[in-house]
Amino acid sequence: MELFVFICAAIMILGGAVGVVTRSHPVHCALSLVATLFGVAVLFVAMEAHFLAAVQTIVYAGAIVVLFLFVIMLLGIDRSESIRIDPIKVQRPLAGIVGVGLIGIIGGAILQSRDAIKARGEGLAVANADNPVHDSNIKQLANDLFSNHVFAFELTSVLLVVAVVGTVTLARRPTKRGASDQSEESPDDSGQKVSE
Amino acid sequence: MTAAIAVPTTTWYLLLAAVLFGIGVVGVLVRRNPLIMFMCIELMLNAVNLSFVALAKALGDIGGQTTVVFVMVVAAAEVVVGLGIIVSILRKRPTATADDLAELKG
Amino acid sequence: MIDIAWLIPALPLAGFLTILVLGRKLGEPKAGFLATGAVAGAFVVAVGVFFDLMSKGGEDRNHIITLFEWVPVGDLSIDLAFKIDPLSITMILFITGIGSLIHLYAIGYMHGDPKFSKFFLYLNLFVLSMLVLVMGENLLVTFLGWEGVGTCSYLLISFWHTSDANASAGKKAFVTNRVGDLGMMIAMFFAFQYVGSLSYDSINGAAHAGGSLPQTAATAMVAMLFVGACGKSAQLPLYIWLPDAMAGPTPVSALIHAATMVTSGVFLLTRFAPLLDYASPWIMTLIAIIGITTALFAATIAVAQNDIKKVLAYSTVSQLGYMFLAVGSGAYVAAIFHMITHAFFKALLFLGSGSVIHGMHDEQDMRRMGALRKMMPITFATFIIGWLAIAGVPPFAGFWSKDEILLFAYDKSPILWALGLITALLTAYYMTRQVIMVFYGKARWNDHAEENGAHGDIKPHESPVLMWLPLVALAGLAAVGGIINLPFTGIKEKLLHWLEPVVHSAERELSHGSEDIKWVLAGIATVTALAGIGLAYAVYSRHKIKAIEPEILAKGWYYDSSISAFMGGPGRDAFEGVAWFDANVIDGAVNGTGKGVQGVAGIIRKAQSGFVRTYAALIGIGVVLLLAWFFYRGVSQ
Repeated sequence: MELFVFICAAIMILGGAVGVVTRSHPVHCALSLVATLFGVAVLFVAMEAHFLAAVQTIVYAGAIVVLFLFVIMLLGIDRSESIRIDPIKVQRPLAGIVGVGLIGIIGGAILQSRDAIKARGEGLAVANADNPVHDSNIKQLANDLFSNHVFAFELTSVLLVVAVVGTVTLARRPTKRGASDQSEESPDDSGQKVSE
Repeated sequence: MTAAIAVPTTTWYLLLAAVLFGIGVVGVLVRRNPLIMFMCIELMLNAVNLSFVALAKALGDIGGQTTVVFVMVVAAAEVVVGLGIIVSILRKRPTATADDLAELKG
Repeated sequence: MIDIAWLIPALPLAGFLTILVLGRKLGEPKAGFLATGAVAGAFVVAVGVFFDLMSKGGEDRNHIITLFEWVPVGDLSIDLAFKIDPLSITMILFITGIGSLIHLYAIGYMHGDPKFSKFFLYLNLFVLSMLVLVMGENLLVTFLGWEGVGTCSYLLISFWHTSDANASAGKKAFVTNRVGDLGMMIAMFFAFQYVGSLSYDSINGAAHAGGSLPQTAATAMVAMLFVGACGKSAQLPLYIWLPDAMAGPTPVSALIHAATMVTSGVFLLTRFAPLLDYASPWIMTLIAIIGITTALFAATIAVAQNDIKKVLAYSTVSQLGYMFLAVGSGAYVAAIFHMITHAFFKALLFLGSGSVIHGMHDEQDMRRMGALRKMMPITFATFIIGWLAIAGVPPFAGFWSKDEILLFAYDKSPILWALGLITALLTAYYMTRQVIMVFYGKARWNDHAEENGAHGDIKPHESPVLMWLPLVALAGLAAVGGIINLPFTGIKEKLLHWLEPVVHSAERELSHGSEDIKWVLAGIATVTALAGIGLAYAVYSRHKIKAIEPEILAKGWYYDSSISAFMGGPGRDAFEGVAWFDANVIDGAVNGTGKGVQGVAGIIRKAQSGFVRTYAALIGIGVVLLLAWFFYRGVSQ
């Protein structure tokens, strides 16, 4: 059963990934990304990280991809780009080398260190013959998060506020401050319209 | 269904994550549309999350999953900021691709 | 008293600094008196030190006053130290003594000059440098003074630098001195190499068979020191600067180019008497030969000179040649003796000529002088004494010292003695010629006066008291100065005994043959001197014999002009070639490296395409390589 789940999820993940890389229409890429994210959520469940699976689906697939789609729609850049040729000729070979190299080396490292992943850490008790009764995954996660990493947790909340405020400031349209600004702006706008 | 069929081990998950990561890297290098490049970065982050969770299970350490929480939070913040930047650039030049933003030319 | 011997250079230093700061405010004549006071004060201290030294025994007369450690570098430790011993105190006495007299004279001579204070500034600096030179305990301190006097010589020769000729003369002096300084520096390198120290005591101490200084090195050192001495003391082939140096004011000529700076070479060689004794004999012979050749050469040129100071300049070169002849013959005491007497009478002659020039309103050509003895009696009287001294007429000082040198020269080789005798004849001849042309005969100063741009008649007059007082003092010294080393029993050979600790074993012992005929030789010398005087009298006063003043002698055997032609022609081409090499090859290499880097950078710059994706791809390649390395490391363990 596990194998079947794994294979299905793997197909979703890899199929989605290849789709992101190869599809020309941005919306298609976004939907392929959703497939990948969902596959990863399935695997999280298979690995008994239930909370994370939920968060993955809600935050990643539910919020981030939606954000992507918003931007695509808002900016009207949903036209396909041609990916047949690359203007920088050396780019594709380089990318090929990097990709193959990375996968090869990391794969090799993983295979090499199979036997080294043995030590028992703390805090994650899986249901097995030793202790049939244990905290749920979310409880264990919360224990760890709010005791060992509470400081980092607080910092991430600050980070989120900073990110939001920063982005809003960054992406705001400049407010009209007078005739000079106005005259500066309009040629650009008209220029945009012409080039479209 | 007994042990005659193989059980996916940690190694399989890690290898899958590695392949996903590689695809993400290739995507970043090959695609020109800034938004799609960003999506490929998300692929890479997901690969990392996958490997963290796999190792957390293998080592019995909840710390791996905690890390994934933080990665997700940071990824979300990063997406917000990154999209904000892309929006402000593409507002002026809507047809810009990564190659057109070449002000670093020396 | 010896402990405060450091005051001796300190007083001129204080004078120098005071005039440096307050010179313009002090003005004339206070600056002059201040400078004179500084040097006179040094003289007083020197006298005190002298008596203190005399009261001590023979070997106990070597004192070293260390001020501070100057150069502590690895194995080498050089102190700024002064050596007070018989030789240095002797030099100090006549430097400060004659120096203060000349300072006094200069107050009168430089009257009305706009740069009055600056003159005394330089003079005090000069006295300071000269004192450092003779008081140095090691070669480096001496070299400090050596360079200092060279610099002051340059500053003072070109004192009236608005005239091109004066400026060139100063430069010539400096450059020629520099050539000699190279020799001195190489000698210092030798000393450091073999002895490990620059101190006189150490070097002299090592200069014996079995010491750390091999004989070849000692000979080389002596040769290099002699090159330095040739530059400073104006011997062939580096004498060319001295006649041109007469462009400076007369007190400068008297102080620097007669009494003190030019004697530095002789002083240096005498300091190294044990070293010279230890070196191979041929270098000593060479020194003697060059000395006598220079003496004869310069004397021949002096015969045909018409400028009153040029005669004395060539005469100085000639007398210095005598001193080197003495050194080369091993007669260090005689050399020092002659140095002292020469300082007396040459300074006297120069100051006297300065007085004449002053009285003749800056006329220097002897052909336009004549019959001045009635107009300038004191100058005349003192000049006569100086003349008799230099000509070698007993009992004046010059006779005793010159005779001593000729004696030792005879002991070394009769040929040298004969050449020395001929030079003595010429010396008497040209000095008498000068006396006759200036003080006797017809008064020629008004002939062709309008032609030469004079305004009205020139009326020669005697100089003010500030100028003739030093003349009288020097005349007295020139007259009786011989007593410091008379070869009689009783007051016998004071200087010899005094300088014994310095030169001891190196002083040549007269062979018995020479010892016996020493009075005969003295008689021959006297007769020669009188013959020279008589000859000049016949030529210039009685006009019985026609004057021989060939062009070649007047032009100095064309030696100087040939050097100038060489330097101006092929020399200049060589220099321009070197300059070209420097500008194109060396600078070209430096600039070329810069351009090469620029070129390469220009090519590499094209890698900065501006495409972010390419940058990312390259980063990716780097990551792959890095991971590969880690993987390899991990696997190979």
